[in-house]
Amino acid sequence: MPQIFPKKANLLPHLSLAGALLGGVLSIFLVWYYFSPEFLNVGYAPEQPVPYSHRLHVDQLGLDCRYCHNWVETSAHANVPSTQTCMNCHAQIRTESLKLLPVRESWATGQPIEWVKVHHLADYAHFSHAAHVNNGVGCETCHGRIDQMEVVYQVEPLSMGWCLECHRQPELYLRPNEEITTMGYVQPATFIERNLERIRREGIQPPTNCSACHY
Amino acid sequence: MARSNPAETALDAHSGDGYDASPPLVTGNLSFHDITDLVAYHAEKKTPVTWLMAFGLASTGAALLLIMLAYQVWNGVGVWGNNVPVGWGWPIVNFVFWVGIGHAGTLISAILYLFRQRWRTSINRAAEAMTLFAVMCALIFPTFHVGRVWAIYWTLPIPNQMEMWPQFKSPLLWDVFAVSSYFIVSLLFWYVGLIPDLATLRDRAALAGKTLRARVIGFFSLGWTGANRHWRNYEKAYLILAGLATPLVLSVHSVVSFDFAVSVIPGWHTTIFPPYFVAGAIFSGFAMVVTLLVVARKIYGLENLITLDHLEKMNIIILLTGTIVGFAYITEFFIAWYSGVEYEQYAFINRATGPYAWAYWTMMSCNLFFPQFFWVKKLRRSIPFMFLTSIVVNIGMWFERFVITITSLHRDFLPSSWDYYSPTWVDVLTLVGSFGLFFTLFLLFLRFVPMVAVAEVKGVLPEADPHYYDDHGDGHGAAESVAVRPSPSGS
Repeated sequence: MPQIFPKKANLLPHLSLAGALLGGVLSIFLVWYYFSPEFLNVGYAPEQPVPYSHRLHVDQLGLDCRYCHNWVETSAHANVPSTQTCMNCHAQIRTESLKLLPVRESWATGQPIEWVKVHHLADYAHFSHAAHVNNGVGCETCHGRIDQMEVVYQVEPLSMGWCLECHRQPELYLRPNEEITTMGYVQPATFIERNLERIRREGIQPPTNCSACHY
Repeated sequence: MARSNPAETALDAHSGDGYDASPPLVTGNLSFHDITDLVAYHAEKKTPVTWLMAFGLASTGAALLLIMLAYQVWNGVGVWGNNVPVGWGWPIVNFVFWVGIGHAGTLISAILYLFRQRWRTSINRAAEAMTLFAVMCALIFPTFHVGRVWAIYWTLPIPNQMEMWPQFKSPLLWDVFAVSSYFIVSLLFWYVGLIPDLATLRDRAALAGKTLRARVIGFFSLGWTGANRHWRNYEKAYLILAGLATPLVLSVHSVVSFDFAVSVIPGWHTTIFPPYFVAGAIFSGFAMVVTLLVVARKIYGLENLITLDHLEKMNIIILLTGTIVGFAYITEFFIAWYSGVEYEQYAFINRATGPYAWAYWTMMSCNLFFPQFFWVKKLRRSIPFMFLTSIVVNIGMWFERFVITITSLHRDFLPSSWDYYSPTWVDVLTLVGSFGLFFTLFLLFLRFVPMVAVAEVKGVLPEADPHYYDDHGDGHGAAESVAVRPSPSGS
């Protein structure tokens, strides 16, 4: 009976075994990297119905975050401002601007502007802005340098692992409450001691159990 | 060539000093070559029309399963009947049912192997295949029951940027590991046992000039030549895998029972669950083997290999395990009374007399009553009767899981939540579809794989006994099979 395989086929079992092992490790790495919010979501910058520039309003004009997102300290949601908020100023400033046309239309018709949400959390994860903002987590910590953005984009992954990094060691991230909306805040040299002292004094205990966010 | 090695293992072939005079396991005066021909033929012949028809029917069922699962994924778990208070409906019932069926194969291959039950050789291949397919069917249900099936990999401890890690305190996670390791070990065990027979098929294909077929099968036979060294390695590997698989047979269904027993639901929270579940699993598994083999041996003309004696032995196991299961039902009742816990007592009285009494008595009669007929030798050797009973047993075992799951949940701690659970049409068609998948896979197995372990069956023939020729002629009568027999002892 003739041989049905050439001699080099002897390599095949070894190659299959090595291939399966390497393939397994590789696929874990691929999932770890490519299935992550860090890869999929960071940098998401949807086009908005109005080309609103945070750089102009925050950095150059010096608006506080809470002028527009005014419920952030009392509500779970940092609200997107209504057209009325825009018109507080734009009833008198740049009333002829083409870019502001959708705002004036909304003002005239009563139809809200359909802003596109940038920072999505999974619907099974509950997050409260108030709980964070009132306990020393700055806007910038999660949203980045909004004051430098022409178009708002997602800076941080907002993944569970990313949340847990801070929930496990809040002293590395907290800032004084009066600096909450500060952009480009620089922590002093002794900020960890300061934060640890505050955590102890105020009893800040960020939960890390499942039902803290998933309920 | 593989067929020239009749002696199976040190365990099987060399069990005593003298010639083993117990009744023959293979009838019909078959030679080694006859057995090879008999089994290999069915993997080599042209596809019969009846097979195609059966396959068409089964694969329609499998397609139905796919459609139902797609429908469930698209619409969510709400398409099933699961709701408060019965959060675990048919999906869990079906899961436990299929895992239970998946117990016989590895029990036959591993435990009976270690206990030197030589009659296992005729049925172990098909039973192990059945095990694999049943476990596949079983895994479908919890996988889709999680709701977000695309996140099912969260059940595995794979590093990820969510820092998501499985909850090792949960019996549901133990299930993931118990069932998946059972599946992997069973698959390896089955495959290792297949290698000599695949080599036989390869050589037959090569001799017939079918090069492509020889190459494809040759790839899976891993260069097996039937050399003495190959047999020694093979037998060591087989023994090690049998040792690994044996505790798994017992652990899988114990862990499945923990899903229930670890909770605090009256009717579930009992220490009897692990042994009772394992006995029930073996019970249903053997019943399924009987159902399948009674038909397969007839259609494929294997009555001489899978004899009435084999079937009778399985029926005795069905009788034994059925009685154990029935005893467990009664013990549960007794303990509920003896515990003095009124909730536990209510749970059991409600099972027997409440809105699901019909299911409870179906279970009792199918599992405890009907197998008792096997005390009669005539009935346990009657093909129609055992076929019927094996089906009745599996209906009963499905109802056992139904009773355990549904009756314990439908009376919640809050009487205001009490409800009557009914499945939806999606539940029903998904179960039907899972049978379609099971039979699709089993038909593929029958078509393409030697359905009886040829090399092992040869090992239990009287001629394979080293002392056979002491009493039969001068020892030179069948020179071919004597001369090439390997050393019977690997030790």
